[in-house]
Amino acid sequence: MIALIDYRAGNLTSVRKALTHLGASYVTPTSPDELETCSGVIVPGVGNFRATEALDGDWTPAIQRAVEHSVPLLGICLGLQWLFSGSDEAPGLPGLGTMSGTCALIKNPNQPEDGAGPFKVPHVGWNSLHLRRPSWLLEGLQDGDQVYFTHSFAAPVTTDCVASTSYGIEFASVVERDHIAGVQFHPEKSGDVGLTILRNFLARVGTSARRATNAL
Amino acid sequence: MLSKRIIACLDVRDGCVVKGVNFEGLRSAGDPAELAIRYNQEGIDEVVILDVTATIEKRKALADTIHAVAQHIFLPLCVGGGIRDEQHAEAAIEAGADKVSLNTAAVTNPELITALARRYGSQAVIVAIDAKRDGDRFKIYVRSGQQSTGRDAVEWATEAADRGAGEILLTSIDCDGTKSGFDCPLTATVSEAVSIPVIASGGAGTFDHFVKVFAVGKADAALAASIFHYSEHAVADLKAHLTQAGIPVRT
Repeated sequence: MIALIDYRAGNLTSVRKALTHLGASYVTPTSPDELETCSGVIVPGVGNFRATEALDGDWTPAIQRAVEHSVPLLGICLGLQWLFSGSDEAPGLPGLGTMSGTCALIKNPNQPEDGAGPFKVPHVGWNSLHLRRPSWLLEGLQDGDQVYFTHSFAAPVTTDCVASTSYGIEFASVVERDHIAGVQFHPEKSGDVGLTILRNFLARVGTSARRATNAL
Repeated sequence: MLSKRIIACLDVRDGCVVKGVNFEGLRSAGDPAELAIRYNQEGIDEVVILDVTATIEKRKALADTIHAVAQHIFLPLCVGGGIRDEQHAEAAIEAGADKVSLNTAAVTNPELITALARRYGSQAVIVAIDAKRDGDRFKIYVRSGQQSTGRDAVEWATEAADRGAGEILLTSIDCDGTKSGFDCPLTATVSEAVSIPVIASGGAGTFDHFVKVFAVGKADAALAASIFHYSEHAVADLKAHLTQAGIPVRT
């Protein structure tokens, strides 16, 4: 059973729809205690980093505990940014801190003086993934596969970055450390490529759950 | 590189896809879910469902249509037409829309843009502008292009962006339904004035019209309806054409 965390940062209908399509069982827990029986956690979310304040209190420690018990975690969009130490969008508000670094507003350091029009932020639309190293989440993807983004802030490219994307700057579009992963784009709105990524996450959840059962 | 988006518009009335010429004279072109599935297979980047009748009694039918389309495609889905208040927007989003498009209601009640952006995020709020040339400038019209407001399109687009709109859907009333090409001067003027994406709409008749609206009109995305509805493989062929012309698209 996958826990889909609803902290009122955007609408979860399309994530639910994609999980249903892939045959996954999921719940939207109303209390952090419910995470104890879950085999996977998804933290979705769009909008301002300030919204993740709703996770402070009992949710963050509950997610932390699940992760310590090897439960796979997937952050989507704002959920990826939350895996980092924080974001310039809401200074002083900590993220989970699994990944080091801070998210920052997307900028174009090479903005031409004229002719190109304004450098548009938010970054909206389909852009390519540059695969940087092997990843269980991106199994079956090709370098250059495109996915759907809509965001203004982005995470830095660090050793946890398994795929990056270029828009003004090069930013981390997929991060992964062991069973913890995050995607800056929306796999639930990225056609077949997105569904492959979600399927890979569900497969990892299945493998981890079996391992946990065998260990008992 | 960020791709230029190709968006298919499904003009829906009573659960069926129709297409108007200059907003009048509709003719039927099929089942919305069926069309959306076909476009998805051909590589469309996004789908817009536009409710062209949008009466209160038909709201339920619209929700059913949104739900039917959303079950089958995993792409951004926008819904517009007759969204007057937060309840209408909520119903569309609950049914499976990722974005709502506001037109007349945004002009008469601009606070609605901000309220929806706060609640769902700017990425979920598109402001649709119907504009018509007036000398050197462009003026906006509401109520399906029927009513002049006297307001300047560039000023209104800038205000809409400031109020929290995430994208502008810009339709040229002069070009809509003519198949004579997008209004590139209008699109470029608005696109250069705002820092949010601009979707060009109205006038698509040939693949070269798309090349031009991206290269000259500086559009971030282009929307069309009938060019996709009535011919096979149009989306895939269009993308091949754009790639050949050096326009970055998702293939």
